[in-house]
Amino acid sequence: MPTFVYMTRCDGCGHCVDICPSDIMHIDKVTRRAYNIEPNMCWECYSCVKACPMNAIDCRGYADFAPLGHSVRVKRDEEKGIIAWRIKFRNGKKDMELLAPITTKPWGKCIPKLSEVPGPTGEMRDSQLLFNEPKYIRMDDGGLATLESNGLKLKAGVYY
Amino acid sequence: MAYKTIIEDNIDVLVAGAGLGGTGAAFEARYWGQDKKIVIAEKANIDRSGAVTQGLYAINCYMGTRFGENNPEDHVRYARIDLMGMVREDLLFDMARHVDSAVHQFEEWGLPLMRDPKTGAYQREGRWQIMIHGESYKPIVAQAAKKSADKICNRVCVTYLLMDEAKENRVAGAVGFNVRTGDYHVFKSKTVIVGAGGASNIFKPRSVGEGAGRVWYAPWSSGSAYGLLIEAGAKMTQMENRIVLARFKDGYGPVGAYFLHLKTYTQNAYGEEYESKWFPELQKMVGKEYLDPEASHRTHRPIPTCLRNHALINEVTPVVVRSIWSPWKPSRIRILKRSVGTTSWV
Repeated sequence: MPTFVYMTRCDGCGHCVDICPSDIMHIDKVTRRAYNIEPNMCWECYSCVKACPMNAIDCRGYADFAPLGHSVRVKRDEEKGIIAWRIKFRNGKKDMELLAPITTKPWGKCIPKLSEVPGPTGEMRDSQLLFNEPKYIRMDDGGLATLESNGLKLKAGVYY
Repeated sequence: MAYKTIIEDNIDVLVAGAGLGGTGAAFEARYWGQDKKIVIAEKANIDRSGAVTQGLYAINCYMGTRFGENNPEDHVRYARIDLMGMVREDLLFDMARHVDSAVHQFEEWGLPLMRDPKTGAYQREGRWQIMIHGESYKPIVAQAAKKSADKICNRVCVTYLLMDEAKENRVAGAVGFNVRTGDYHVFKSKTVIVGAGGASNIFKPRSVGEGAGRVWYAPWSSGSAYGLLIEAGAKMTQMENRIVLARFKDGYGPVGAYFLHLKTYTQNAYGEEYESKWFPELQKMVGKEYLDPEASHRTHRPIPTCLRNHALINEVTPVVVRSIWSPWKPSRIRILKRSVGTTSWV
């Protein structure tokens, strides 16, 4: 379900406002607390929930799998490379912790800065290859698939 | 408060719309133009924007040529049957031959891809899909864009492409506005890459109960990919195909894993598998070349998606209505086929 804010926990820092792709997390001008201005246009992407440092934003699961009164909590840690969800029922009958990795490498460290790598040669510019190709297509010495290499011919019209 | 006009000049590559595609394009552009000025204009925040905002737990198109699984032409063949011939095969082939290298790069950047413990190949969900831990799919690719772009304008929504006064039929930039401040942004650029999204909420969502009005696709997709390009005079292609993602009962999330991996199927109100009983009738409409359930089982030919949807419509439409309203007569399909300027393998 669309997200909502516990006003008593929110300190109005605006991280959710900064990240919301729908631009529907706003700060209330009077109370200086965040709120979801348009739940109908909420995609339930939970970017705001993950971004909130105060754990003030909650989301309710659909009633067909989670009865009312439960809580859904998430902690996303880029340093540890992990996201942890906790779903807790009001009656205590269910208390699930769900863990998933979000990255296998130190955050952002293994992405090359392409302005500093050796640039493409003129020959590469004239080819049909993208960056890191052809090696990365098959991780061996095989080249890029072309119509010729795969024994295909292109012909105008629809013939099947 | 007066709105400002902010002019950004001398851009070499402007990326309008930075979802997964736009951010990836900014990264690739940096390699081919290492000293060029690359600017991104994005309606939201590139860390979480576009259709992969909340993560995606599968990569839905991976050939696996590396593991001897599929070749690009296999994918072309599959898509051609699935969409009943209305495909640009050259575009499909080109996409299919490059997609693997992108996936291998993502793995190197840290995207957790699951592997089959027995074979060592990526864990398949279906013939084309692989399973990943994709919560941070978008933030990881956004990191690549941040390392590549000279400037990232978050919360700037591009509304029109600018045409060049000096050269006919040439785009020279774009204009847009900041969705927060209302400031007017003018980008003068030698190249513009449009990575904008499609259009959602064109049809009224039919999801019911608590999920009323909920849609599968990103609700903020306002059709910029069509609006920007049509107004600039671009030729649109593949517009015959649209994706209408019904949210099935009890399935408020993606159903790919259920259908492909767990081999589930849709049922009617009586709990019956209804699809196959419509196949003989549908086969009469479209011919054996597109619908041949026997051959499909042997050769992994798909049952065309539109025919599966047609079976669903037949199932829920009373018989009387069906006999009057039958737009998909074979003659009409032939006309459609002729009108599409497409290409084909021999």
